[in-house]
Amino acid sequence: MEAKSELLVRERALVTPGDVIARGMEYLPGPGTYRENGELKSKVLGLVRLKERLVTVVSLSGVYVPKPGDGIIGKISDMSATFWIVDLNSPYDALLNISEAVPEFVEHGTDISVYYDIGDVIYVKVLSVSRTKNVSLTMNDYRAKKLLGGRLLTVTATKVPRVIGREGSMIELIKKYTGCLITVGQNGVIWVKGPNEDLAARTVHLIEREAHIEGLTERVTEFLENETKGKPAAQQLQEGD
Amino acid sequence: MKENFMRKLIESGKRLDGRAFDQYRPIQIETGIVTSAEGSARIRMGKSLVVAGVKLDVKEPYPDTPNQGNLMVDGEFIPFASPEFEPGPPSEEAVELARVVDRAVRESHCIDLEKLCITPSELVWAVNIDIHVLDHDGNLIDAACLAAVAALLTARFPKFDKETKAVVRDQKPASGERLPVVDRPVEVTIWKLAGKLLIDPEMEEQESAEARVTMATKEDGRLCAMQKGGKGFFTSNELLQAADLAVEKGNELRAMLPAL
Amino acid sequence: MGGSKVGAPEHLIIKGKRLDGRTPGDFRPITTDVGVLSHAKGSAVFRFGNTWAMAGVMGPHEMHPKGLQDPANATLRTRYFMAPFSTWERSRPGMSRRSTEISKVIKEAMQQVLFLEEYPKTAIDLYMEILQADASTRIAAINAASMAMADAGIPMRDLISAVSVGRADGVLILDVAGLEDNFGDVDMAVATVADKDQFVLLQVDGIITRKEFETLLGMARKGIAEVYRKQKEALIRRYPGATMEAVQ
Repeated sequence: MEAKSELLVRERALVTPGDVIARGMEYLPGPGTYRENGELKSKVLGLVRLKERLVTVVSLSGVYVPKPGDGIIGKISDMSATFWIVDLNSPYDALLNISEAVPEFVEHGTDISVYYDIGDVIYVKVLSVSRTKNVSLTMNDYRAKKLLGGRLLTVTATKVPRVIGREGSMIELIKKYTGCLITVGQNGVIWVKGPNEDLAARTVHLIEREAHIEGLTERVTEFLENETKGKPAAQQLQEGD
Repeated sequence: MKENFMRKLIESGKRLDGRAFDQYRPIQIETGIVTSAEGSARIRMGKSLVVAGVKLDVKEPYPDTPNQGNLMVDGEFIPFASPEFEPGPPSEEAVELARVVDRAVRESHCIDLEKLCITPSELVWAVNIDIHVLDHDGNLIDAACLAAVAALLTARFPKFDKETKAVVRDQKPASGERLPVVDRPVEVTIWKLAGKLLIDPEMEEQESAEARVTMATKEDGRLCAMQKGGKGFFTSNELLQAADLAVEKGNELRAMLPAL
Repeated sequence: MGGSKVGAPEHLIIKGKRLDGRTPGDFRPITTDVGVLSHAKGSAVFRFGNTWAMAGVMGPHEMHPKGLQDPANATLRTRYFMAPFSTWERSRPGMSRRSTEISKVIKEAMQQVLFLEEYPKTAIDLYMEILQADASTRIAAINAASMAMADAGIPMRDLISAVSVGRADGVLILDVAGLEDNFGDVDMAVATVADKDQFVLLQVDGIITRKEFETLLGMARKGIAEVYRKQKEALIRRYPGATMEAVQ
């Protein structure tokens, strides 16, 4: 039986759970969608994304669920003799084992808080996620490090791509006008440090609030220009400052 | 997995114990088993065991029904009835069971509540039905309702002192008039398993069921209360089929109850 | 027999109109709002006339005690709660058996549509608060709950939509209100998955014939279609400025 495949909504349309996005087997169900009786439907309240035949709905709210390979920002919340427990702003905590965090040999019985202590903020990579959502992390990545000073912001994890922008354009824009160092975790946690952290925070909140409206980049540029009276930060904070 | 095995069995039109889909397990009803209660009944439905006791007392009527007696139905799942039952206040399942039985008794008007009035706005008889589940092997609601109604049908008023306006508790079995019971409501729960409808599941079948709907019928066959439970759904057709089953099987169950 | 209650009006239907002026098939004014609370992950309000329900969803979050975690699914916990000031006579605070039962049937209805397997070991807490009660409170509660779940980003097959139907003075009615609830003969609470022929909540009090049952099911489905539409509109309104046009 050949059912004609058809797309019923356009890119960036706002859909609600149960809305039919496409019919026919030609379209494939990506995250945020499911298939029922030959129809591809949305599972969430979100925006439709089309990438060739893959249909995705990006939820406008929701919690972060760790995926292997994600670079995230977490806070050490507890530790034992051989591992740390890291708060990921997620319903799931994660484990960072000494072997994945410290390159040298560690004597048994060492107080590992000398490496990372409770309250430390780290940029870390998700190594693995078991079927029952036991999460392991690793610092074995060129981006992984302790983040000192600055402040942390949170956004809905699904809006992280908007904060980063196409090929990093949005984040470069914010860095330019605020002079801040900015690191974005896939878990929706963002670290900013620099001369105008406050402006960076307000910009991120603007993105969070208006991520669903087209023309975001223009509005953010306009906002930043107004706030800095058209003057990008004179000095850009550098790594190691 | 147990559930898959059960689903396949049902899909092939068979049940574990060989019964038909619309067949009850053997049912035994005994009444008057607890002499300290004004009315009592014990129901065995397969291995499920439920006991109901009726106690009467005199109380003030509720403000919006000054000429009517009061009715209360409570349920307890005793921990030895099943490894799933924990001690403590009634679980939501126990609360639901009591309320579903209450619905049948109340909506069928099976007790002539006005005949329970002693002095309007001042004193009425209060009927307390307590249902205790002693052994859980599935389909507790149907058994609980049978127990409650059987207990009501055989309950008798205790001695009442008109001077002191109190019940005389003389440690003797109640020997007054029978309660003014004018109908015999019955509840039949229809369960949905592997897309098929069946009644009176034993524990294993019940655990694999997607949803259930309990329907109460009066002596004259009319429906008077319904409650759907469980995570699944019913279509309109399934609900209408269930209604027909409830009437048909309800008559069978009613025939086992003491006469009015 | 049943006996009449104090305060019963002489008639509930006069010349085809109900006491509040509605025809038998009319809803009271319906109000919806989504995203009304700042801490709840998802929230919504649903009103039928004077019946006012608010729902808030917290989670998914870690579930305690750990021993009760379901390794394969999120655990849905629900609480339907009536504020003591929601009724003319102050009702006692705390959970009653009635609110326990309603919490249960609403939980079971929601479990049919939520993709709980996507958040194993967590708990999703749904709280429904009745701020004002004028009958059909569990209906308003579940309609609000549905929108709140979507607002929270919990993946769902579709919304749950509900209405009440009943009979007063022998006439079949939609959206049972106050006096009709107290003094009418039949009260039926119904919820389905979206506007489909999939009943996930059904409670009936009162004597009905099979034919009436069939008619009431149909009336309910028709009313639910309208409720469903309003819930969807409310969710879209949550994000003003978003685009929704279908492709041509």
